[in-house]
Amino acid sequence: MELESSHPPIVSIRNLSKSYRRGNQVIPVLSGISFDIARGEFLALMGPSGSGKSTLLNLIAGIDSADQGTIEIGGVEISRLSENELAHWRALSVGFIFQFYNLIPVLTAFENVELPLLLTPLKRAERREHVVAALSVVGLSDRMDHYPGQLSGGQQQRVAIARAIVTDPDILVADEPTGDLDRASAEEILLLMDRLVHSSNKTIIMVTHDPRAAEKAHLIRHLEKGELSET
Amino acid sequence: MGIPYSYSFRNLWTRRLTTVLTASGMGLVVFVFAATLMLAEGLQKTLVETGSRDNVVVIRKAANSEVQSAVERDQSALLTTDPAVAVGSDGKPLLAKELVVLINLKKRAGNKPANVVIRGIGEESLALRPSVKLVEGRLPRPGSSEVMSGKSIARRFQGCGLGETIRFAMRDWRVVGVFDAGSTGFSSEIWGDVDQMMQAFRRPVYSSLIFRLRDTNEFDSYKARVEGDPRLTVEAKRETRYYLDQSEAMATFLRILGMVLTVVFSIGAVIGATITMYAAVANRVTEIGTLRALGFQRKSILGAFILESLLLGLCGGILGVVAASFMQLITISTMNWQSFSELAFSFTLTFGILWKSLLFSMVMGFIGGVLPAFRAARMNIVEALRAT
Repeated sequence: MELESSHPPIVSIRNLSKSYRRGNQVIPVLSGISFDIARGEFLALMGPSGSGKSTLLNLIAGIDSADQGTIEIGGVEISRLSENELAHWRALSVGFIFQFYNLIPVLTAFENVELPLLLTPLKRAERREHVVAALSVVGLSDRMDHYPGQLSGGQQQRVAIARAIVTDPDILVADEPTGDLDRASAEEILLLMDRLVHSSNKTIIMVTHDPRAAEKAHLIRHLEKGELSET
Repeated sequence: MGIPYSYSFRNLWTRRLTTVLTASGMGLVVFVFAATLMLAEGLQKTLVETGSRDNVVVIRKAANSEVQSAVERDQSALLTTDPAVAVGSDGKPLLAKELVVLINLKKRAGNKPANVVIRGIGEESLALRPSVKLVEGRLPRPGSSEVMSGKSIARRFQGCGLGETIRFAMRDWRVVGVFDAGSTGFSSEIWGDVDQMMQAFRRPVYSSLIFRLRDTNEFDSYKARVEGDPRLTVEAKRETRYYLDQSEAMATFLRILGMVLTVVFSIGAVIGATITMYAAVANRVTEIGTLRALGFQRKSILGAFILESLLLGLCGGILGVVAASFMQLITISTMNWQSFSELAFSFTLTFGILWKSLLFSMVMGFIGGVLPAFRAARMNIVEALRAT
């Protein structure tokens, strides 16, 4: 299935298949998926548990490898990259937002946001400038010396978003970004993501079970039994 | 740039109790390691400092120590007139013919007997050992049954204190002085007139000749001359070399004993460190997955965990060295197996022992951490992230 878009695609997926092995048994997760995502798109991937949406997100983010098919992101065919090249590409091109924030508890908010920048050639002063800017986008300039344990869930997720955008990546991948938050905090996070799309022209691919979260997206795609459909 | 060092530091700090317990185990091993080296160093330092590089000790060929040596009177007369011997301000050769005999005395504490070196000294013996200082009483008069005790002997042996009387060689000897020879082996000796001692012990020969070289660079030519002289059956050693040889067997034994103990103990400490680091990896699977997802390569993860285990080892090393440094306050006495005499010495911490101990602790940390670090580095990103 191939879907057309009015904008030039930043993500182009063709004939993607992925299966897992459990003993001698082969369990297909994704089969022959093809679709494009335009730059500046906010896409929600929905589907029942085990439908393959997280697997698809992992493949797009370059942390898992497909059995078959190609994924081209920002002109780079990531399925051809070596492990180290892929790691370098992720550092510069993908921002991750996780359900449980995945901040490093022993590092401050500033240091957590700075982590991806350590993989760039930026100097200390330049890194500081970027971190301060990212934390100010998420409204946490006054919390940069706090450790994750000193922040609320919503604040921790905002720090995670700052970490995701600090390298100005091509795409942001979010796996249930509101799944661990109360309604008010979830609303704040979704508004922030929406703002990133509109003001910074970021491309966001979000996996969610929550229809309210999905409503914020421009486009919702459903995955069922490894196949994709559009809403 | 890799994962910041603060990540490794703070993870250790966050797990303070585990860190302290593991580091303490490693510290105990480092303590044993450092203390044994300090013991061997103290022994060697004591004996080496006993000698002076300008002095030459002449003993019978193939004798390992003065106790086993015998220098005939006619040979000693020949040696006295050698031109290599320095001359004192009084015009006499700076040379002393000495007798060294072992006797058995009882210790003040415990009443246990131990061997003590009795040294018969000549007029120039004190001039040849400037480190020897009289601290109490006076010098023994030549031709009398008077002796002076080394500080360590006076304190630890019955009858050896100032004003007391010791009985040996069928005579009573009055202690008229106490001398301090610093941390040298002389502090563990009793000195008296050499001629009186030879009579009392019925010894017709000297044990050794000690003299100062007129020119310290003349040693090699002097050694070749006396050892090649068919009239002489002696060998010459610089006094520093002589005492170094004296300490070699004991110091080597102590070092080997220390190494064996350390290796056995370190197996336990390394297993402790491995368990701690495996636990650290198991508790941080999601962090590892996150760092990998963010773009940190396997080698960065490996480096961060190895750094953490090195730091753990270093903490243990510092604990062990600090504890071992207090051992310097303790003076112990033991049998010097080369001379079979009692020798008092202190644990000595040197810069060399310090860095060897710290290096050893970090090697333990490395060995303990390398397998868990590889496990962390080999993790699959997706599976690690699922561990949330």
